[in-house]
Order: sequence, then C-alpha cells, then structure tokens
Amino acid sequence: MNTTVTLKKGLFGRLNLRQKTILIICLTSLLLFVIVISSLVLGGESLPTNFGFKNLAPSLEHPFGTDWMGRDMFIRTLEGLGLSIIIGAIASTFSTILAMILGLLSSAGKKTDSFVSWLVDLFLSIPHLLLIILISIGLGGGAFGVIVGVALTHWTSLTRVVRAEIKQLKTQEYVHVSGNLGKSRWWIATKHIFPHLIPQILLGTILMFPHAILHEASVTFLGFGLSPHEPAIGIILSESMKYLSAGYWWLAFFPGLALLIVVLLFDMIGDNLGRLMDPKSAHE
Amino acid sequence: MKHEKLLKFGGHEKLLGFAGKKTFKLISLLIVVCLASFWLIEQSPIDPVRAYIGEMSVTPEKQAQLEEYWGVNSPPQEKFLNWAGNILKGDFGTSLIYRIPVTDVIKEKFTASLILMAASWLISGILGFILGIIAGMKRGTWIDKIIKTYCYTLAATPTFWLALVLLMVFSVYLGWFPIGLSVPIGVTADNVTFLDWLHRLILPAVTLSLLGVAQIAMFTREKLKEVLSSDYVLFAKARGEKGLNLVLRHGVRNVALPAITLQFLGFSELFGGAVLVEQVFSYPGIGQAAVSAGLRSDVPLLLGIVLVSALFVFFGNTMADIIYEFVDPRIKQEEAAS
Amino acid sequence: MENKAEINVEEGLNTEIEINEEFGNKLNVTSNKRPISELDSSTEEKKKTEALLKVEDISLSFTQYASGLRQTKLNIISNLSLEAHSGEILAVVGSSGSGKSLLAHAILGILPSNAKLDGKIEYKGRILTQEKKKELRGKEIALVPQSVNYLDPLMRISDQVIGDVAEEDEKLMKNLQRKIFQRYDLKPEVDKMLPHELSGGMARRVLVSTAIISSAKLIIADEPTPGLDEKTLNETLSYFKDMADNRCAVILITHDIEAALKISDKIAVFYAGTVLEVANARDFKNNGENLRHPYTRALWNALPQNGFQAIVGHQPMQDEVIDGCVFYERCSKKNDLCSRGIPLLKEIDGGVVRCNNAVSEEIPNSDETSSIHGHELKISAKEVKEV
Repeated sequence: MNTTVTLKKGLFGRLNLRQKTILIICLTSLLLFVIVISSLVLGGESLPTNFGFKNLAPSLEHPFGTDWMGRDMFIRTLEGLGLSIIIGAIASTFSTILAMILGLLSSAGKKTDSFVSWLVDLFLSIPHLLLIILISIGLGGGAFGVIVGVALTHWTSLTRVVRAEIKQLKTQEYVHVSGNLGKSRWWIATKHIFPHLIPQILLGTILMFPHAILHEASVTFLGFGLSPHEPAIGIILSESMKYLSAGYWWLAFFPGLALLIVVLLFDMIGDNLGRLMDPKSAHE
Repeated sequence: MKHEKLLKFGGHEKLLGFAGKKTFKLISLLIVVCLASFWLIEQSPIDPVRAYIGEMSVTPEKQAQLEEYWGVNSPPQEKFLNWAGNILKGDFGTSLIYRIPVTDVIKEKFTASLILMAASWLISGILGFILGIIAGMKRGTWIDKIIKTYCYTLAATPTFWLALVLLMVFSVYLGWFPIGLSVPIGVTADNVTFLDWLHRLILPAVTLSLLGVAQIAMFTREKLKEVLSSDYVLFAKARGEKGLNLVLRHGVRNVALPAITLQFLGFSELFGGAVLVEQVFSYPGIGQAAVSAGLRSDVPLLLGIVLVSALFVFFGNTMADIIYEFVDPRIKQEEAAS
Repeated sequence: MENKAEINVEEGLNTEIEINEEFGNKLNVTSNKRPISELDSSTEEKKKTEALLKVEDISLSFTQYASGLRQTKLNIISNLSLEAHSGEILAVVGSSGSGKSLLAHAILGILPSNAKLDGKIEYKGRILTQEKKKELRGKEIALVPQSVNYLDPLMRISDQVIGDVAEEDEKLMKNLQRKIFQRYDLKPEVDKMLPHELSGGMARRVLVSTAIISSAKLIIADEPTPGLDEKTLNETLSYFKDMADNRCAVILITHDIEAALKISDKIAVFYAGTVLEVANARDFKNNGENLRHPYTRALWNALPQNGFQAIVGHQPMQDEVIDGCVFYERCSKKNDLCSRGIPLLKEIDGGVVRCNNAVSEEIPNSDETSSIHGHELKISAKEVKEV
C-alpha cells in the first residue's frame, strides 16, 4: 500500500524483527568465532596418534570417532572447519576487493563498462570448479592456488551488484544536485556513493562466503587444493574414501555434516542481514 | 496488418543480428579461453615430457625427441601458436594418460557425462518445478516449510559429501550398487553392457538431481508467488477461477519458461557437480577425466576439456537467451511497449 | 497500482484535463446531449425497483503485520454507501489511487488477505458473504478490468475469454465467444492472438467480452477508459450503455468525470475513501448549483469548460485520523460542526450527500427522506461513539 505509512507504522514491529535478526546473527557469528578460535588453539600442536584407538566408532569419548591413526575425528573436523573458514574469509575478501574495483571501473565510462561485462562473461564461461582447478594448477596448487582460484571466480555477482547500485545512485536527485552545486566527483563518490555501497558490499561478501568454502573443500577433495598434510575438510573426506568399503562411515559423515552446518550458518547470517537491510521484506 | 508485417520483418532482422552477435561472442570467447588456459598451464610447474614418460625408462635421444615434440625449449608464443594451429585443424594432440587422441577421449567421456548430466538436468528440473509449484501454492503451510528447509539444506550441502553418504548407504550398507564402479583404463564403453552402464548411472544421477532440485524449486516458488499476485490472476479470480485449476491454467503456464531458462543457465554448476560426483562414484565421464588429467599433468587433455566445457556452458547460455528473446512473448510485449 | 501514497486531487484533475483538452468543447456538448425528460422518466422507473446491489456503510482497512504480535491498521475506505440498480449506470468518480479499485475488489471478494472489510453488502436483497461472492463472481457479477495487463500474457485470447469451463461446455462456450467477438467486430484471427498482439481498441472489446460471455447481472468496470482517444472512448462507453439497456446494473469506476457524465445515470463522488455525494447526471450543469457537496461542485468547476477553477490542498493521507468531515481542510463552507463527527448522509433532490451544509432547494419528498434519515441516524450514533 502506502509505503511511507508502512514505514511509519511498521517501526515498532521492525524493531522486534530487528532484535530477532540481530540475535540470530550474533549467535551464529559467535558459533563460527568459537570454531575458528578453537581450531587455532588446537592447531598449534599436532594431534596425538594412538594406534591403540584406531578406527573407533563414535562414542562419548570420541563423538566423531577416530581415524586409522587413532586421531580424534572431532578435533580434526574442528581444525578443518577453522581452516576452511579462514581460507573462505581470505578468498572472499580478495574477491570483494576485486568486485569493488571492477564495479567502480564499470561505472567510470562506457568503454570500461563493456570491458568489465566482457570480463564477467569470460569468467562465467568456464565451469567454476574447472576454472579453480585450472588456476590452482597454474599457480602450483597449495593454499595459495586455492585462495587465488576461489577469489578469481567469485567476484562476478558482487561486481554486478556494485555496478547496478552505482548506476541507480547516480540517477538520484541528490547526486545530481551535488553535481550541479559544483562538488567534485571524488566528493560525490565519498559522500554519497560509498556510504550506500558499503552495506551492499558487506552483504555480498557474507553471501559469498559459503560458496567460497564449498568450492575450496571441493577442490581440495579432488586433490588440487591444500596439501594432504593440512587438516582440511576436503582432505579428510578424500582420505575417508579409502575406508568406505570397510564401513567406517563416521570418517566421512561427521566432517561433511559439520561443513554443511557451517555453510548453513553463513547462509543464515547473510539472509538475516539482507532482511535487516531491506525494509520491504520486513513485513513478511 | 502493416504493423504485423513490420513486426515480422523486425523479428527476422533480430534473428540474424542475434546469430551474428552470438557467433562473434563464441569465437572471441574461445580465443581468450585458449590463451588464458594455455598461459595458466605454462605458468605451472608441469613438465609434459616427465608426465609423458611417467614410469617408463627412455633413452636420452627419445627424451630429446619428446622435448622437441612438446616444444619444451621453444618460447611460449611459438608453443601456443603451434597448439592453436593444430586445434584449428581439429587436432587436440594426444592424451598422455590414455595414449589416444584427445578428441577420442573427449568424445567417449563427454558422451557418458552428457547422459549423466541430461538425466539429472531433467529429473531435477521436473522435480524442482513440481516442488516449487506445490510450495508456492501452499505458502506458509507445513508442506511449504518442509520443501523450503530441504532446499536450504541442499543448497548448503557439499556435493561430494552427499555423494559419499549415498555411496555409503546404498553401496556399502545396502549393497545395491558396487563400490568400485570404475572401469579399468583401456576398457571402452563397448565392453560394458547397457544394464551395467545403467546400474552405474543411477547413483550419480540421483546425487546430482537431489542437489539440482534446490535452486529450481526455490526459484519456481518465488516466481509463482509473483504470478499469483499479478493482475491477471486477480482477474481470473474475479471471473470465478480458483484452486488447483487456477494455478495450472495461469501459474504453470507463466512460471515454466523462466524456470526452463534458469535450468539452462545452470549448465556451469551442473558441470562442476558432475566433476565431483564422477570422482566419488568413479563414473567414467569427462569430469573424472578432467581430474585425472589435472592430477597427472595431461596438458592436452586438460586444455581440450576446458574448451569443451566452455562450449557446453555457452550452449546453455545461448539456449537461455533464445528462450528469453524469441520464445517468451512477454519480452516482445515489453519491447512493443517501449 | 494502489502503491501511490496520496494522489493530489489537483494532479488527478490535471491528467483528466490533459486528456480532454483537445476535444473539450465537443464534450461540453455531449455531456448535456441527452434530453432531460428521458433521464427523468428512467429514474422514476428505477425508484420502484429494489437495488440489485446495496453497499451499506462499508469500511476497508489493511492490517499490516510488522512482526509477531504487532499490527497496524490503514484505512482505505470508510463509511461508504451506494446502490446499483438494474438498467442503470452508476459512475464512481474519484482521483486515481484513492482506493476506488479496492471497492470493486471488495464487492468481488478478491481483496488481499490482509484486508479487513466491515459493513454490509447486499446482492438481490441477500447479504453477500465471502462464500457467496466466490460463488457469484464470474457468473452474476463480472469485472471489466482496466487494461490488457489483466489478461494472462501467455494464453490465447479465446481461451481467456471462455475462461475455465468444464470440458463438455467448451464447444458451446467457444461458439458463444465467437458470436460475441463477431458482434464486436473481432475477426477470427483474434481468437488465436496473445494479449500483447491486441491493439488498444481490440483489447477494450476483448475485456468487455469477458463480462458479456458471463451473462452477469452486475458489471463492475474498473477504469475502462484510460488514455483512450475520443472515438475508442465513446465506443467503449457505448458497450456499457448497451449492457445497461439489457437490464444489467453497471458500476463504472473512473477518474474521468466527463466520460462518466456521457452515459451514467448517477454519479457517486469518491473522496478520501468515502462517497461524499451521489448525484444524478442531470445535476451537473451550469455552475453546479444543483450539486449538493462543495467538493462535487469544485470538481465540476475544475473542468476546462467550466473555468478551470482548481481547489487548493490535497486529499488527506490514508493514515491520517480525521475527526469530522474528510473534506474539512479544503472546504470553503466549513463551520465548527464539520470538524466534529462525520456528517450524516442526507437525501436531497433525489441524490444523497454527506455534508452538514447541504440543504434542499426544492421541497423534498417527506416520506422517503424520513426513512432514510432514520436509518442514517442509527449509523451516525455508532459513528459518534467510534470517534
């Protein structure tokens, strides 16, 4: 109906929804934070190997069971998740920076705009997974290869968002007025454009996270990512394949499930943040 | 009448323009993909001669001969031109692992993958569409919530993990399917019976389908919501239409085309999924070949697969564009209005 | 379309003026073309018949769930009453975006789920419940929508006009549809067209056909004449005249008062969610001295041929709480009484008005007024309590 009225009348309620959303965001963030911290703390020392306890099914003592070297799978999973989150964070950050630069570039002029959209088309033309593999191979594999690979393949959608957002902002009345008042382009960019862009970019980065994590794990699983000595989830799962026929299901089941939950948590943060930022959906 | 003719003429011109644009785009795209992937491989520490020789012992003369064949010591530009020139002639080189021409490997592996991908593309499309329609119709009910939860969860599920879980349940625990599905290298598709092959296809196709459902179902649900709140559905209601008939008459009709378009745009994801699933199930497709090629430094095969995958994705995007530009009358409507 | 928060009446008028300027002079003639005597006789006749549709004191509000328990209310229509008689055209005239369409949706029972409808709607003397509306719509009550956007963009025209019918009736309906199309000069190839292929005039006729094929008794036309050229406009209006001549009751919802005057028997003036006056078409003449409400008079005088006198101010916002007459802010004749309590509905000279200052120039028929007044008093008591 009447949008202005909606906003006015919905204020109390939105506060409510806000609180709920913020609560969800805080809790999920806390959980992810705990995972990263504990993995960092645990990661300092190598896990004790105890061949007396090898290949144990899940129990109270070892909730995720133990592997063929008697290592506790719960701790291994935790470390793997921490590593995945860190790699995902680094890759997403680089991807965001790339997206910002290209988004700004595309709104600089017609030529740069068509160049950027051509670049987007190019990066979307090869299946992401294959492209990451290719980049990873090109860079000699390892963490560096994966991070660059993931960073180089995830910027496209955020670039489009940035581009569209700037385009929309540029047509706004107050931007025109500022221009007519003789304000410099830089002034307009920093005072009017960036403040509106930052929340969009933040949201874009968080939404990028789960994809980045999943792609890192996939590439590592296939053997093109982190080295087998790293405690990555992809490595754990790829190792577990050797023991599948022996029926050691917990080796694959729990680490993968944990990864799924982490990805789901990121999705939830992103969704809730998005809802927080979009007043239109506040009434649903 | 005159107006109509004009429109038709315009449509014809549009078609030519579209085809021209697409062709140009494809060619420029392939050139850049060739350049970029070649450059990436060139950067890598891969040594094709070492990869070719593998465990064999060769004489220094043979090694020198190979080095010359691979152009190890020649500058990259020359190597690229050499390779690109051969590709133009249709010669993608010889696969180092399969020891047969790359084109033959790709033909065989890609056919297998196409069947896998086509099966899951269809299943996930149809299933996802139906689920999306149900969820959209029953918005807010428990059935909608179940479908939504399923989709959210599946969207966050690592493909290879789901494949592993299905493998554990159906192959290890229930024993319905063999665990080591792989065919030894050298055995071609001819040596495998149709049933064997179907047997091998089921689990990977199911995995890919389960994952593919999520996106299309959520999309269909949102689109149906849009359609159901449209003016024409309001009018249909005002004329006494209701319930399932209303959704079938107007909802399905108007959601189907965008949903099919989305399915075509998902070729890239589909290919990525196939790579992972083939690896877990040892399904002898293009994805598995790509992984082997990458891991064992089979440069000609890897480059060949990259080109084929780019073509595959391009095909999907073009199909989506065709639906958008030529099939969906609503686009024409908007064009006419503007 | 109801997204616009508040449309300035002046703006609404301006758009009308823009459309009509080119043939304003002609219109002046056409609006008064019909002999008054004819009108008189027809209204006499109608008074005897019971109203086909009786809308009594309805209010429509939207509940918005902000979250969980908190709700807010937005009033779109309040204390609205009108009647539609068979063989008669009632025009509901008001500025765009003021919620007129929702009146049609309320009668048809196709309001969104967060809408709340109070008051009484009677059809053929029986209360029109939501179930009854579901049963009657498309059969006895038909809607003629405002544009081709109300047609499924992917469905062939003939299928749309026929609608969702049982398989055994399909042939019959197809024949009927063809006949109607023939009458409206729609060629066989139109049957197979998609909505976007229709020209403006064809689209109009197709939309009207959807109502004709239903053989409905009550036709509600929602803005059926937006931006039409004069020829198409007159043509479209004539379709509704035909329907009324065939003993249908027609409710013509429009922002175009001149178009409405061409064919309507009665004009209901819609303002800020309510009907301020129901006047006979013949009352619109000269300086509007026969009109009962200051707003109606202002509307009439704002027309180009009547001197373009626009009134200042704008309609109240939909969330404004108004204690008193909705027109108070802009009224030139307001007094203290007008700011307290909603004015009662009065019957004057065969029309109805909601204004404290309206007085009859002729001697009213005592019987009728008293009965109406008695009824209105009941309502007003309730209203005062609410306020």
